[in-house]
Amino acid sequence: MNIIILLLVTIFSYLSFLYGRSRIRKITSTQSIKINALPNYYGYYLALWCALPALIILLFWSIFEPAIIKYLISQTLIQNDLNYSSEQLNLLYQKIRSLYEGNFSGTLTEEIKIGVKNYENLQTIAQNSKIVLLLSTFIAAISYGIFRISKNNKARHDVEKILTGLLFVCSLVAILTTMGIIFSLLFESLKFFSAINIFDFLFGMNWSPQRAFVSDASAITALEYENLKGAFGSVPLFAGTAFIALIAMLVAVPIGLFSGIYMAEYASSKVRKYSKPIIEILAGIPTVVYGFFAALTVGPFFRELGEKLNLEVSSESALAAGLVMGVMIIPYVSSLSDDVINAVPQSLRDGSYAIGATKSETIKNVVIPAALPGIVGSVLLAVSRAIGETMIVVMAAGLAANLTINPLESTTTITTQIVMLLIGDQEFDSPKTQSAFALGLTLFFATLILNYIALRFVKKYREKYE
Amino acid sequence: MKNNKIKIKSSNLNVHYGEKQALFDVDLDIYDKEVTALIGPSGCGKSTFIRCINRMNDVIDICKVEGSITIDDEEIIDKNLDVVGLREKIGMVFQKPNPFPKSIYDNISYGPTIHGLAENKTDMDEIVENSLKKAALWNEVKDRLNEAGTGLSGGQQQRLCIARAISVNPQVILMDEPCSALDPIATAKIEELIDELKKSYTIVIVTHSMSQAVRVSQRTGFFHLGKIIEVDTTEKIFKNPGNKMTQDYITGRFG
Repeated sequence: MNIIILLLVTIFSYLSFLYGRSRIRKITSTQSIKINALPNYYGYYLALWCALPALIILLFWSIFEPAIIKYLISQTLIQNDLNYSSEQLNLLYQKIRSLYEGNFSGTLTEEIKIGVKNYENLQTIAQNSKIVLLLSTFIAAISYGIFRISKNNKARHDVEKILTGLLFVCSLVAILTTMGIIFSLLFESLKFFSAINIFDFLFGMNWSPQRAFVSDASAITALEYENLKGAFGSVPLFAGTAFIALIAMLVAVPIGLFSGIYMAEYASSKVRKYSKPIIEILAGIPTVVYGFFAALTVGPFFRELGEKLNLEVSSESALAAGLVMGVMIIPYVSSLSDDVINAVPQSLRDGSYAIGATKSETIKNVVIPAALPGIVGSVLLAVSRAIGETMIVVMAAGLAANLTINPLESTTTITTQIVMLLIGDQEFDSPKTQSAFALGLTLFFATLILNYIALRFVKKYREKYE
Repeated sequence: MKNNKIKIKSSNLNVHYGEKQALFDVDLDIYDKEVTALIGPSGCGKSTFIRCINRMNDVIDICKVEGSITIDDEEIIDKNLDVVGLREKIGMVFQKPNPFPKSIYDNISYGPTIHGLAENKTDMDEIVENSLKKAALWNEVKDRLNEAGTGLSGGQQQRLCIARAISVNPQVILMDEPCSALDPIATAKIEELIDELKKSYTIVIVTHSMSQAVRVSQRTGFFHLGKIIEVDTTEKIFKNPGNKMTQDYITGRFG
């Protein structure tokens, strides 16, 4: 149904575009007055009047219709029996809906049968009134549009204003979504911190949420709290995250940066043409595939190598995960630094060559300093990729929260633990589940601070070449 | 004052950019401690010619240079030549001022550092001061040597670039339309400077301004469509040109 409406709206918008355009031509030619904008603008103007009100109404209708029908059905059900709890009402409503949709199984009661009839009725009413409302809005909007056009209004100005409004709404949606995410994180975390002291969380050295059982989350006993307190120390997770990210950056930054320099400064255009896309293919490999690679190839390789050297290497090691993550990040660093190096004006290089500097001296002393802000930016992007990466670590670095700096042992990261805390059936009021939100919030702040520091760094040390 | 010592001699110089030929059999002598101006309409090969003298065309992949250029009888169109040494001997100033995004001091000390010309900080300070003085910029910047070179005005930036070229003690300075991005006052300052510099350096200047060529140069070469049409003393070229085309160009009939 909605698809048909959308299709109709599209067709009508196009038609009204054509109509608006020809209409204004006719008006200006018969009355020989000066037209206020290009004829196309009158077409856009009418098309917008045709589509926008109808689409807005359709959107709101689709959002509110189910809720209103549910409310009306529940009201009739309550009239029959006042003793229904809200859960029972919900269940009955679901049964009525599934009977209506034809996939009902279970015992049919009289009540459900009546409910379905009601539901059918309401659906038809809703359908009809939707169409009536849409049609009348459409007619009203389009007549208003035609009326305005006939007056030779300032269509260009009006179209610009409507478009500005549309763009504003889009950016508003983006901002509101971000706020929503932050607030949902914040509120869940606050619940967690009301159960667990924030300092125990931030500075505790032991992470073992599996042993955090509580019988009733709203009333945690003193004994239970003693047990909980020691279970949510996030230091091993942050250490593990930083450690694996560090290994990844040790791989990605030198290789990525040097390959970026090679691509931008040394490679002939032919080499560049073929090798750049090949490197960028690395960025297109799904991280879970890297995970396989880390867990099944790199991890066992290190273990066997370690056995030969009489070293104890865990088959899930920070080294394997970090290395593979580094390989994953190489294209980000190389492609971005290639771009920023290319953006350094040729005149600076010429100036350096003309005074007798070699290529490598020019790159070291002139090109890299000028491109530094962009390079730092690309490294920063790589760091946040490394910190946020989950799949490789889940598969290759293990789940044990060891506080270690031995790259051959298994370790874990924040994101991995968040996954572990939230998969499966979870009670959303236990501190164990809520700790995932607290971890997310802390991670969010950590990356925010990182970004801020990098921004300050870039501002201070940038060599402006414009 | 007749000067007969030839510093740079180009003979049968042909330059191709890919399929397109930019210079045809250019023979040109440039005399020591003189200013030689190269004039001609846009795209006639003046800049290509001076970029051959310090081998800056090496930077362009598709550029092919054939023929001979000698400096003090030493061939420079030679694959085995060390361009670093060549460019130390031949400085260049570009059309648009291109100071490095570094401090004024570092802009000057860059060349001497690369070529190892200064033993210690005191030597370097001296080189920086001398170069800036020769470029008539010292008095304007001596109190702010640590500020960014890009913060100077256009004319000052161009003089900074001249100081940068002087800093490695070149014998020749090539200038590729050094005043085209500057206002008349800054231009006058640069021209004055060129007059001063010709006492110690051989200067080749590409210019679009006929009056500038008259003001600063002793010799003038006229290029047209990649060929050198006429070379002579500036006085002769502008007062009594030997070629009809030169006459037409300097009187503004084409170009």
